Amino acid sequence: MSAAATRRAPFPANWPARLAWAGLAAYTVYAASLFELTWTRFLVGIDNGARFFDRMFPPLMGKWDLLWRGMSESVEIALIATFLGVLIAMPVGLLAARNLMPAWVTWGARGLIAMCRSFHPMIVAILFVKAVGFGALAGIMALIVSSIGFIAKLFAEAIEEISLKQVEAVRATGASFANVLLMAVVPQVLARFIGFATYQLDSNLRNSTMVGIVGGGGIGATLFTAFQRFDYDFVLTILITIIALIMIGEVVSGWVRRTFQ
Amino acid sequence: MTSVEVKAGAAGGSPDRSLRIQGLRKEYVRGTPVLRDVSIDFAGKGMTAIIGPSGTGKSTLIRCVNRLVEPTAGKILFQGQDLAALRGAALRAARRRIGMVFQEYNLVERLTAIENVLCGRLGYVSAWRAWLRRYPQEDIDGAFELLEAVGLADRAGQRADALSGGQRQRIGIARALMQRPDLLLADEPTSSLDPKTSVEIMELMVELAGKRDIPIVVNIHNVELAKRFAQRIVGMTGGSVVFDGRPDELRDEHLKAIYGGEAWL
Repeated sequence: MSAAATRRAPFPANWPARLAWAGLAAYTVYAASLFELTWTRFLVGIDNGARFFDRMFPPLMGKWDLLWRGMSESVEIALIATFLGVLIAMPVGLLAARNLMPAWVTWGARGLIAMCRSFHPMIVAILFVKAVGFGALAGIMALIVSSIGFIAKLFAEAIEEISLKQVEAVRATGASFANVLLMAVVPQVLARFIGFATYQLDSNLRNSTMVGIVGGGGIGATLFTAFQRFDYDFVLTILITIIALIMIGEVVSGWVRRTFQ
Repeated sequence: MTSVEVKAGAAGGSPDRSLRIQGLRKEYVRGTPVLRDVSIDFAGKGMTAIIGPSGTGKSTLIRCVNRLVEPTAGKILFQGQDLAALRGAALRAARRRIGMVFQEYNLVERLTAIENVLCGRLGYVSAWRAWLRRYPQEDIDGAFELLEAVGLADRAGQRADALSGGQRQRIGIARALMQRPDLLLADEPTSSLDPKTSVEIMELMVELAGKRDIPIVVNIHNVELAKRFAQRIVGMTGGSVVFDGRPDELRDEHLKAIYGGEAWL
């Protein structure tokens, strides 16, 4: 302390930050105490988990047609939702780009995007199941909404980052607004758009395996039924298939992104 | 649309290519004009160089002509129209007749050289054809001819971001000429280039525009280049014209008036 008083401290103590950390730690301990997160409770849980895992192995090698129907429906939901979602997100993203559109237009588009983003896809799926009934249609519509929310925002940001010099040069040739978009804006953002779209396909593949749990079609319904019937070996088969699907999706989207670099 | 093209073509470049700027004023911030009621007449041929210190309104002046910058007041008379008053389709039609070369080339980086040159036709082709790259054969031939003329015929398929600065500016010139313009504007076309390439670019512009009888208005920092290539020099300072004459009339005292000080002379 005395040394610090005479010399200039190179790393002065940041008391607000220290207080914030201490407060966070204290709150975490308090929150944990609310839920009786004790070691005994954990051991009971682990024991239960061991029995659950035991019943999962070996995975069921059967019910292939059920698995196939569920998985293919999930893939179809993801593909259709991504395609339509991206298709709608492109104009919405353009309308939300503040460097190309008048302010009042961007407010509307940004409002729409914020609305699409406010709910988790599962909540949207529940709404659509109630609105249009059980099945893939509800799942597709739910994922379209979440795709618009996510992709349109990224599109808008990508457009806002383009070089306006290139746009200016094309405008100076007397090009129409459509031609300026096509030849000066699109070339600058296309590679990123494709990157975003493939990420969204990844994410929609994951989500399409979920929407079935609330009645939105796809493998989720099969998975949920298997849980409820305690067919844990079939559950494991489904989970492994989903992992395989996601990995394949990852590889394919990576390949697409490289192609359009 | 095609009628304009045909008319210009049939007349063999004879329509009046002079440009008259009257009382042009531009204020980016209200009350602080960057251009103070500038009036200049540009003849319909040859090169006019505008020199002056940075921030004196040269760029603004040039950009007001094709309305990349909105003038606050004044008239810009070109081929019977006041460019300052045009809007929408009429403005786009006027821009088609005015080519522009930029300091930083402003090529669309991810398009190829030939696509960039063909951008000069975007005022004429529909979005559909541009999207499918189905330009009229006449335009494609013209684009290859221009690439040949600027010495980059072998780079047609190369993306603009793979070209050097000098090569990019050549493409920039080809794009401007692809418009078959009646006026060529150049905004500091050599400021990002080395001295040798700068001279080559100026020579190329003078040669290609000269062949087509297109007048050039160029903003330029380099007084030597201005004197060497222009038939007329306009000196600006503080948003006003302080010198207007032939290169051989430009004396040190004029340069002092334009740039201020004399230690640099």
